[in-house]
Amino acid sequence: MDNDGIAKRLAEKFGDAIESAPAHRDLESELTFIVKTNKIVEVCDYLKKEEKFNFLSDLCGVHYPDRDKKFEVVYHLFSIERKKRVRLKVRLGMGESVPSVTGVWATADWHERECYDMLGINFTGHPNLKRILLTDDFQGHPLRKDFPYRSEDA
Amino acid sequence: MPEKIKNSESEDFKTEEIIVNMGPQHPSTHGVLRLILTLDGEVVKDCEVVIGYLHRGVEKLCEQRDYRQNIVYTDRLDYVASMSNNLAYVLAVEKLLGVEIPERAEYIRVICAELQRIASHLLWLGTHAMDIGAVTVFLYCFREREDILDLFEMLSGARLTYNYIHIGGVAADLPDGFVEKAKKFLDTFPAHIDEYEQLLSKNRMWLDRTVDIGVISGEDAIDLGLSGPSLRGSGVKWDVRKAEPYSIYDRFDFKVPIGSKGDTYDRYIVRLEEMRQSVKIVKDALSQIPDGEIMAKVPRIIKPPEGEVYRSIEAPKGELGFYIVSDGSDKPYRVKIRPPSFVNLESFKKMVQGHLVADVIAIIGTLDIVLGEVDR
Repeated sequence: MDNDGIAKRLAEKFGDAIESAPAHRDLESELTFIVKTNKIVEVCDYLKKEEKFNFLSDLCGVHYPDRDKKFEVVYHLFSIERKKRVRLKVRLGMGESVPSVTGVWATADWHERECYDMLGINFTGHPNLKRILLTDDFQGHPLRKDFPYRSEDA
Repeated sequence: MPEKIKNSESEDFKTEEIIVNMGPQHPSTHGVLRLILTLDGEVVKDCEVVIGYLHRGVEKLCEQRDYRQNIVYTDRLDYVASMSNNLAYVLAVEKLLGVEIPERAEYIRVICAELQRIASHLLWLGTHAMDIGAVTVFLYCFREREDILDLFEMLSGARLTYNYIHIGGVAADLPDGFVEKAKKFLDTFPAHIDEYEQLLSKNRMWLDRTVDIGVISGEDAIDLGLSGPSLRGSGVKWDVRKAEPYSIYDRFDFKVPIGSKGDTYDRYIVRLEEMRQSVKIVKDALSQIPDGEIMAKVPRIIKPPEGEVYRSIEAPKGELGFYIVSDGSDKPYRVKIRPPSFVNLESFKKMVQGHLVADVIAIIGTLDIVLGEVDR
């Protein structure tokens, strides 16, 4: 699946701070790595500069209330030059925060704000972390699984 | 100079930055977009973009409906390019399932996606030109866009929200008369593009309003996540159709036009040329389309295996991606939409700094945003 050895180079450079995750149906475009929270900026920086993953396609969060680490922040990286994709994931417990990657890609600014808005994940070092789609006085974070989806259920 | 006047110049006459609120209801913002502009005289010093007025919680709704029902929500994201939204979502679900699509359905999808690109670019050109002051172009563009909407109405019965591309294929086969009508449109349309060019490309006023306005370098554009024609205007040759061919795009021969300077004029030229390339693709597709099935065999209740996929397409406005997490049930566990308009709008702040107030409108236009997709 990983035919040009990104996994190997990442393992050599970052050791146990990064681990490969199984990809859906072994698709090469679904190459996934799980990164330790405190190393995410370093890994992103390395992938951007050394491996030419210069484009941050998307950044989002997912809530898994049944797991120990209840949140995942998912980064979708793309290399315009190599036409390849890599997915990075950071796993967080309730109340934990993750370093912001706005220093690596300017586009992370709005993505991280949306993630904070929808799931209440804190990004440390973000220049302007406030709600983006919802109003400032909104209570709660709607994409959490325990947030009711109809007002009657509230 | 009399003593009194001298005093008033030095002490009473102060210059300071003023803050101007533009929107959320303003005709040239193409929806409900609010801009807080910090002005020094007529020059924009800083700008804060406020969005979210059209937020409907589509991603949350998608978690409550099954995979098929969600297609109608995608219609309402970029509501002037519903076919492209359908396609992006359906491709992501199909990737999750791993199904093969019949040839004929693939061709119909490409025809729809490219006609939609033309319709979306026409709406952009018309409104962009009207914002800048050229009303004639607006009427011309909408005249041609109407033909495409008629074609889509023949296919799906709707003129804006089609719900036509389904998981496994398309909802219905091409109706009688569709191919002839489409061919007639494709034969006459390139002459109409020339017509727009005659009205604008060498027009002194158009050049004054677009050349060197909203310049962004390729490097900055990538850093800010710009995609689609807005990125290619800055000279970066990246088109999802070429880089990661989906459907059957690898069978068509088309060029990816790029700009050089990255100003509003370059982005205009790129989009015009894209319409010409789309005409070529649809013509080729119509001449090669085989007979056969239009729907693959997919189960009535769609339950993809556990896992997660990301699939993006080259929508008219840029990279439109869907990240879907499946827990094995009939409803997606999480759907994340990567809307091109949302990400493209982020670079507005950088593009507008140092320009005049009047150029704010030209720069909103050149980014080609749709607020339904920005706010979701």
